[in-house]
Amino acid sequence: MSTFLGMPSLPAFGSGNLFAGESFPKAAHRELGNAQLRANLGHATHTIRDKRINVVSELPDWEQLRDAGSAIKQSVMARLPELLEQFEENFTARGGVIHWARDAKEANSIVAGLIRDTGETEVVKIKSMATQEIGLNEYLEEQGIEAFETDLAELIVQLDHDKPSHILVPAIHKNRTEIRDIFLREMPGADPDLTNEPSVLAMAAREHLRRKFLTAKVAVSGANFALADSGTLAVVESEGNGRMCLTLPETLITVMGVEKLLPTWQDLEVFMQLLPRSSTGERMNPYTSLWTGVTEGDGPQNVHLVLLDNGRSAALADEMGRSALHCIRCSACMNVCPVYERTGGHAYGSTYPGPIGAILSPLLTGIEAEENNSLPYASSLCGACYDACPVKINIPDILVHLRSVDVDSKRGKKKVPSQMDVGMKAASWALSSGKRLGLVEKGLPLGRIAAGPDKKITKLPGIAGGWTQSRDIPAPPAQSFRDWWAKEHQTPDNTPSTNNKEAQP
Amino acid sequence: MSARDDILTRIRGALKDSPEAPEIPREYRSASQLDGDALIELLVDRLVDYKAQVAVVAEAEVPARIASLLEGARTYVVPAGLDDGWLAGLDGGGDGGAPGSRRDSRRRLDSPAQPLTVAELDGVDAVVTSSAVAVAETGTILLDGSPNQGRRAISLVPDHHICVVRAADIAGILPEALRRIDGTRPITMISGPSATSDIELERVEGVHGPRRLDVIIAR
Repeated sequence: MSTFLGMPSLPAFGSGNLFAGESFPKAAHRELGNAQLRANLGHATHTIRDKRINVVSELPDWEQLRDAGSAIKQSVMARLPELLEQFEENFTARGGVIHWARDAKEANSIVAGLIRDTGETEVVKIKSMATQEIGLNEYLEEQGIEAFETDLAELIVQLDHDKPSHILVPAIHKNRTEIRDIFLREMPGADPDLTNEPSVLAMAAREHLRRKFLTAKVAVSGANFALADSGTLAVVESEGNGRMCLTLPETLITVMGVEKLLPTWQDLEVFMQLLPRSSTGERMNPYTSLWTGVTEGDGPQNVHLVLLDNGRSAALADEMGRSALHCIRCSACMNVCPVYERTGGHAYGSTYPGPIGAILSPLLTGIEAEENNSLPYASSLCGACYDACPVKINIPDILVHLRSVDVDSKRGKKKVPSQMDVGMKAASWALSSGKRLGLVEKGLPLGRIAAGPDKKITKLPGIAGGWTQSRDIPAPPAQSFRDWWAKEHQTPDNTPSTNNKEAQP
Repeated sequence: MSARDDILTRIRGALKDSPEAPEIPREYRSASQLDGDALIELLVDRLVDYKAQVAVVAEAEVPARIASLLEGARTYVVPAGLDDGWLAGLDGGGDGGAPGSRRDSRRRLDSPAQPLTVAELDGVDAVVTSSAVAVAETGTILLDGSPNQGRRAISLVPDHHICVVRAADIAGILPEALRRIDGTRPITMISGPSATSDIELERVEGVHGPRRLDVIIAR
């Protein structure tokens, strides 16, 4: 498609599970009706916030680490083509095989082809955002290949035929009793006396997956980091399911977005301090595995990596928005977000929920795709996400930027001005001069009439109705401030006072 | 155009504004001030916090400590390059016979050349390995697949991991530790026994990896 010779090419947007699907306000409204969900999320997000703050405040150089992390990622984006080529050369020299995928469809078909080549029809999987994004499990199922999620939370979601609602803890919307019930219902051979103790449930998962790990011939993973100067890949995890998948099978297929690169081995010292503390609120996660191509006699001997674009190049082209690609998927932003805490992850539709999802999804797909233009409004712009972000992505600024992209794209498409356009024009006319504003204020008594005897306006017409959907507007005062001021400062000869001239704008 | 060329062309097009690659400010700590006993104390504190069991012993007492930890094990595996002396407490009699003369019958040896199968490893109760380097501040032990640590699978499949850390291999903070190892080896960073926080974000130790981690710090 991009056979451009100096011509500007159209951005190549991503596909897969990246779409809101329905507008955020509508989805949020539905999710807010679920009191159990709100209770579960409130409990979980507050627990993780406290943990994160504890371990972050332990480090005297946390802000310096954030500065370094941010600069490294900025440098990666600026040097991306060169770093990708360097990584490819090193990974290949070490016996790994690289595949490139323009979009979700191409990535899925590469992975399915690699699995088919092994003759296997089952794979074990490590939790991975990239494979969620491209809808790999669904695709493999269509191809007659069964993919077993091995992360506990992913297993819960998969057994329940549900969707993840958080990038770190996909089953955050379920409490222990709900999880026990899912195990009893869906896990073959589950002990009928299973209790809802987290340790008992974890043991049930161990029993359930053990045989799979020990016999699997093919594993599919994502990657947290890729080091350009050595061709090394890293997976950060807790349970040991990752180690099982990365170590025991004969074939390992990793799917990774092109933006995950780090230039050098030294950069790992920054990110391995930033990620665990931001993510699970631990000083270090239990297990991190690093592998560089193939190691003879240790681990998989067929090692593949699928490098995924799927809209990343389009996001990179947005100068204001490209820093969304700095994201290391720690989930700190969603854990501190007042909107996420109440609506949960499903309201965002996309694989990427929360504040980062509200910018990343529309950047990857284009603002006009399937209601993704509603996502940048899913925020109060309070800035908690920016404070929590370990690589200092200025999410509020990008949200505002994407809102303007949305407004521009709508304006570009319509011949007839919208209610919002008309309203904004009117406001601009009225607010541009004191005389005009005074004229408009003459209409205040009308508002008092509309409010009626209970002095509340409960329903505004048109798009303004959004404001009164969940709150009333008090009746306007009998007198406007400007009116009051003029009367208060009258001189005996009935002209406004000049005493306060210096206070006038 | 191949997918590779297509994607690289797209990315170059996206960067047509030639954004600057900034200098990386590395003002974070690159080394800690701790040494000797302070390092050991911090590492112990962090490991205990992860619910690992820790013993600090003199180098000469390592064999006895390993032997006592393995008392209940029916079988155990060691990498072929493990210090033979560490296993002396397990070989018959302690009468000064030649190493291996009365080798403990519970022991299985593993090496890349003669690996145990996954099924064999699954039948083994415990594993004893050395380690490459440790990080006191985060309670992290790094294995790099050297002959005294073995293949990654042996420290993963058995349910009980006994890991020896030499005091000289303890670094204060992560940057110091990463400078001491070769990143292209197969590396496993271990911070406590396997764990999950997937249910209500409550940490539970012991999932798929070894449920019991015993660390012996040898000074």
